[in-house]
Amino acid sequence: MSAEPRLRLEGVTRRFPGVLANDDVNLAVEAGEIHALLGENGAGKSTLVKFIYGVQSADSGTLFWEGRPQRIANPKAARRLGIAMVFQHFSLFDAMTVTENIALGLPRSFTRSGLEERIHDVSRRYGLPLDPGRHVHALSVGERQRIEVVRCLLQEPRLLIMDEPTSVLTPQEVEGLFATLRQLSDDGVSILYISHKLQEIRDLCHKATIMRGGRVVAECDPATRSTHELAELMIGSDLTLPRRTSAAGSASPRLEVRHLALASSRLHGTPLNDISFEVLAGEILGIAGIAGNGQQELMDALSGETPLPDDHAIVVDGTPVGASGPNRRRAAGMVFVPEERLGHGAVPQMTLWENALLSGAATSNLVTRGMISGARARAFAAAVVRDFDVRTPGVTQPASSLSGGNLQKFIIGREISHNPGIILALQPTWGVDAGSAAAVRQALIDLAADGAAVLVISQDLEELMEISDRLCVISQGRLSPPMRTMDATASRIGLLMAGS
Amino acid sequence: MTIDFLVAALMTIITASTPLVFAAVGEIVAEKSGVLNLGVEGMMIVGAIGAFATGIVTGDPVLAVLAGAASGALMAFIFGCLTLWLLSNQVATGLALTIFGIGLSALVGHQFVGVTFAGLPKLDIPGITDLPFIGPLLFGHDALVYLSVVSVVGVAWFLRRTRTGLALRAVGENHDAAHSIGYPVIMIRLMAVLFGGVMAGLGGACLSLAYTPLWIENMTAGRGWIALALVVFASWRPWRAFFGAYLFGGITIIQLHAQGLGVAIPSQILSMLPYIATIVVLVLISRDDVRMRFNAPACLGRSFHATG
Repeated sequence: MSAEPRLRLEGVTRRFPGVLANDDVNLAVEAGEIHALLGENGAGKSTLVKFIYGVQSADSGTLFWEGRPQRIANPKAARRLGIAMVFQHFSLFDAMTVTENIALGLPRSFTRSGLEERIHDVSRRYGLPLDPGRHVHALSVGERQRIEVVRCLLQEPRLLIMDEPTSVLTPQEVEGLFATLRQLSDDGVSILYISHKLQEIRDLCHKATIMRGGRVVAECDPATRSTHELAELMIGSDLTLPRRTSAAGSASPRLEVRHLALASSRLHGTPLNDISFEVLAGEILGIAGIAGNGQQELMDALSGETPLPDDHAIVVDGTPVGASGPNRRRAAGMVFVPEERLGHGAVPQMTLWENALLSGAATSNLVTRGMISGARARAFAAAVVRDFDVRTPGVTQPASSLSGGNLQKFIIGREISHNPGIILALQPTWGVDAGSAAAVRQALIDLAADGAAVLVISQDLEELMEISDRLCVISQGRLSPPMRTMDATASRIGLLMAGS
Repeated sequence: MTIDFLVAALMTIITASTPLVFAAVGEIVAEKSGVLNLGVEGMMIVGAIGAFATGIVTGDPVLAVLAGAASGALMAFIFGCLTLWLLSNQVATGLALTIFGIGLSALVGHQFVGVTFAGLPKLDIPGITDLPFIGPLLFGHDALVYLSVVSVVGVAWFLRRTRTGLALRAVGENHDAAHSIGYPVIMIRLMAVLFGGVMAGLGGACLSLAYTPLWIENMTAGRGWIALALVVFASWRPWRAFFGAYLFGGITIIQLHAQGLGVAIPSQILSMLPYIATIVVLVLISRDDVRMRFNAPACLGRSFHATG
């Protein structure tokens, strides 16, 4: 019955070259408390929890565990104290079974015998169904997360750290997770819950610590604040939401996809099954779905990275392009924004103007008779940087030097500057700070208002609800019929996501 | 007469295959931990000269074998330091290790050219080894042959059944995840690389102490490369590597006997066979992309840098 909180941090500071990732951070988590750690990408949340979990050291500052100062040298030491962590990027091994994966994360004494029974016990008690004998690569993201959670719970932790646990779950899975977390909290387990999703923090957490630029800027009871207030605390300025102008209403389809079927060439990929849809001029069509349900494959097929046998499966403004590669599709007026910014959307080591040249050489007249026009390409890139507010010292900077949000603004801007008739974007705001995400969404809305057809494939349901006119859901390589966004509800979409 | 010939041929196949078994099984362990060590040839040949020189100087076969293992481990340690701590490129470092090993062994071996070693003592159980056919084939070999079989059983069991083996596979599968769970990635990899070195050194010792108990410059003659090919051929499984080694060893010996019997196939074609077989198998198993990547350690050849 000590008055000491379970975990207390005092003056934690960590400096990286060029940034102060944590600046004199104080934090206290009580027993049984669900404590939100809220902040933008780069606010220092990850650095802080890595310090608590012993992955990274701090330059200065003290950690008190149940009142006693502790030095946690590595994750093993953290686990010995009773600290467990579920990472945003799962620490799982695809080619191994669920049991093997769980055994890897446990101290030796756990794994001698009866591990499978204990997995069964914990998964029954907390409503986390798992089949111990299956290989991880065959599991959904939600099931993978359950492995991580069960692995933590088997050690009977007293503090559970969860790093953005809901970013990959369906609404139903999120509810299941919250029920588990509340039950744990009732059992006296403290939970440090990292997220930037404001609504779920308001629903779940007892207390919130808000970080910005490496410092703690506020502490509050999230239930008493509106999401808008929380967002402004997190961003530190007024948040402008994208304006939605009403759709142009022209009924002519610019992109038609007919009976697209494709076996996946990716490892553990999803085959596409008879996908048909059309995107009208002036419309934003959103495709929702949980990662790994065929989004990558659909993008490959639409961008021409995997050409199709049937030329008429994809028709752009009346021209069939199904059998052609990306260049012919670009010439027909399509542009693409892939999910992976570094390595797919842009070449990391190349400068911004070289990256601009790569996708725009043909359509924006940057190459004359096989010779690069450096001046025109630089001017083009400079215009993108200016028009789309890309924060960079200049267009001769390598793409890898930009932050995620700035690079995404550059890539989107580069594509939009080709005056496309059709833009395809996969996860356009994934891992992008809120300000840049709003800018990216606004750019897509403006493009649609000018009469282009916009297709956005995203896992972020809030985003799709905000910008799209119509919504489809992709599940196990099949696409649901489109519904008007104003008719869509989270539970209806959630059911479609789950494949029912 | 034909039985005697058959027994003699099978005995030489076993002797010729044993070095491949050692080297391939060692490399499987290293690659399962995610380290691609192309220096197998170099480690083997340094093991061969280390074992041979020690054998000649001391006359003790046990010391000779141990010296072979230690020489291979020393080479592997150099490789491990360069690639694991100094993060040098594994492919380039492995190639350099082979070239370095061939040169070093030639330098040390210069004074041993023309000397012969008595060979390793062979198992001889009165009454059993004398059994026709089976006796010499099963009970008439030197200790290294039996050790090679034990090592296959041991490694297969270690990788499949033990917790340390599980951790080793985990490090090769996803080193970032293994690190975040708290496994010492670099240390596990170093141990795996050292084991690979010990095994390659033993393979070299087989060559210079048993197969041809002589020192000949460059006597490994590409066996390290065959062992590397065998690892992929066997899709990283110890038992398949064992059978693959006997297949390739068999081809080598049949080629010698075919020449002896005056078969009109140019010897060069037969010498090419193991490599052609490897290429064919590589093409065949690579066709199934999913299977290939499921068997291959996902982090193979990638340097691990703990960014925390």
